Amino acid sequence: MKEQVLMAMSGGVDSSVAAAMLQDEGYEVIGVTMKLWGGDSDSGCCSISDVEDARRVADQLGIEHHVFIFGDEFNEFVVDPYVQDHSDGRTPNPCVECNRHIKFDKLYQRADELGIDKVATGHHAAIEVTDAGYHIARGADEKKDQSYVLYMLDQAQLKRLLLPLGITIKDKVREMASEIGLRTAAKADSQDVCFIHSVGGRQKFLGERIPLTPAKLVDENDEAVGEVESIELVTLGQRRGLNLGGDHDRRYVVDIDRKENKVEVGPKSKLLIESQPLSQLVWTNAEVSGEFEFQCAAHAKTRNGRIQKSGDGYIVTWEQPQPRVAAGQSIVMYQDNLVVGGALAEW
Amino acid sequence: MEYYFDSAATTKLHPKALEAMLPAFSEFYGNPSGSHSMARKSLRKVDDAREQLAELLAVKPSEIIFTSGGTESDNFAIKGPSTAERKPATFNTEHHAVLEPVECLDGAVMPVDESGVAIADAIKDLPETTSVVSCMAANNEIGTLQPIAEVAAQVRENLPTALFHVDAVQGFCWLNMSEITSAADLVSLSAHKFGGPKGIGVLVSKKGCQLEPQLVGGSQERGKRSGTLNVPGIVGMAAAAVATVERKAAKVSEVKQLRDRLSNGIKASLPDAVETVFQEGRLNILPNIAHFCFPEVASEALIFLLEREEIMASAASSCASGAMQPSHVLTAIGYSKELASGSLRLSLSYETTEAEVDHVIEKVTESVNQIRKAKK
Repeated sequence: MKEQVLMAMSGGVDSSVAAAMLQDEGYEVIGVTMKLWGGDSDSGCCSISDVEDARRVADQLGIEHHVFIFGDEFNEFVVDPYVQDHSDGRTPNPCVECNRHIKFDKLYQRADELGIDKVATGHHAAIEVTDAGYHIARGADEKKDQSYVLYMLDQAQLKRLLLPLGITIKDKVREMASEIGLRTAAKADSQDVCFIHSVGGRQKFLGERIPLTPAKLVDENDEAVGEVESIELVTLGQRRGLNLGGDHDRRYVVDIDRKENKVEVGPKSKLLIESQPLSQLVWTNAEVSGEFEFQCAAHAKTRNGRIQKSGDGYIVTWEQPQPRVAAGQSIVMYQDNLVVGGALAEW
Repeated sequence: MEYYFDSAATTKLHPKALEAMLPAFSEFYGNPSGSHSMARKSLRKVDDAREQLAELLAVKPSEIIFTSGGTESDNFAIKGPSTAERKPATFNTEHHAVLEPVECLDGAVMPVDESGVAIADAIKDLPETTSVVSCMAANNEIGTLQPIAEVAAQVRENLPTALFHVDAVQGFCWLNMSEITSAADLVSLSAHKFGGPKGIGVLVSKKGCQLEPQLVGGSQERGKRSGTLNVPGIVGMAAAAVATVERKAAKVSEVKQLRDRLSNGIKASLPDAVETVFQEGRLNILPNIAHFCFPEVASEALIFLLEREEIMASAASSCASGAMQPSHVLTAIGYSKELASGSLRLSLSYETTEAEVDHVIEKVTESVNQIRKAKK
């Protein structure tokens, strides 16, 4: 009997091709589209047309297709915290939280209930097995590498996971899709936050859920230099959209003070710090010590540093001063292109 | 072998219906509104079907309006008599095809009790200008039978100018239709719930009912519902209705016994299963519906596992499957979202056998246990 695998199909080209690849490898592929968001959205994977795309691809491949609704869980673990984080002056990464709580928790739980061991997604990342155990490895396509958003997976989760696209570059994925004649072959990549409509964007989305607070922009001497409509939309390190005029040196957001509702701007050098506290640290396998490469945003360049205990928690100390990472962003540790763990930046 | 336990969603086409329909595609395919012999041949088939249905429903042929199905009939019954001043009213466990138009027209939505029974007393509080009061014969999810005579009496007594509409879509195979048509001014039916084809239905509109047409054009159906008559659908529906009524008397009690066996079997092997709106004897619900909520079980997982065993069932109504919200029916009778998310509707048909029922009891038990084991 063929081994069954529950394949998360978003309706996009990646998961479509991943499903086809697993089928070629001899699995009994059971396609699943998770319906997560019932609100207004035009990107991501929850629109009716995306579910239709997934269903039609499944039909074409001759595999089963099911729709699982995790709307409540998505609201509880992804959308509500996203809104709360903005309210608290943090910069959340909802894709990471969706992976942590939905794809690799609720969907795994569902697979258990259905008696299915293996779960697969169309992420551009690979799984490598070393003597130490399972690791997420960077995808073959550097530009599309999604290992960053998968850092929270532990041994038990990785053991059950299949990432068929890990060794495939995006152009090849599209090529394969058109070879098989999949209707999703030319479909645009999803971008942005899947539950936010491109018209109105974050401002409209957050404005409908929390009060948006106007704030003063000040310089390092606390002199007012401008203002922003809503402090909740300001991100550490941001330069665009501050309306500071053209005759200034390049100035960046270097601090966000939610108590006083003040945003400090200054030169990039003001962002530099030697170490940064972390929360929710997870290790892929056993805790390892030593120097790692750290990635602090999707597709960002890595920096070197070490993890150290500090009081009850952990801090990362950089080899040389580095720009502060916005609180709430994920900091992911790599060793030889393998993910060894990750955490959230704090301040 | 398939175990089809989703007859409340739709039924298999009765062979007699298919037999009646085939020549309508290839032999008497004329447009019944035309004036040549082919047209007249089609019209005669439509007239025959109309008379057959009228007889089975104990109404006049002129009181039958052919529609595209239950949703259109319901929409027509709600919107047809309503205006800006005269608004409709209904109960909160009705099918969405009734609830949505009532809500669109800013009508009144009345409550049901914890068994899902319409609180007919609420009609006393409706404005005198109410256009139509709509109450389903039987609920499509949990099977609750409504006190149609009592609701009708309240409408007549309190709202002498209002029409009374009954959505009887789930009732044709199981209920006494003449009781319903004698109590109501308007009655909705859908062929595919009783062995007829999809896309055809009836709105019974008793003499004297003033309905504003919702589809205008060629003035078919005495100007009340324009559109070329769906001749294959109409003859298929009539044949299915005749075939159903022939077997009805014997089948209703037989299916009820099978359903009781099913519900009792599930309760015996899964003692914490909540049998929805259970009352001793189960005379409060349709004879073919077994509805359960399983604590700590997600319907989606259960339906998936049952499908693996070739059992076709529903979580809620077919329309609500795939919806993000819990069933409005279970919410209305006070079930928590958690409990409602573990709902299962098994609906039987005239064809259901004891062996099928026993298979379903066994597989529902196994599936629920498997899901729970994974949760621990």
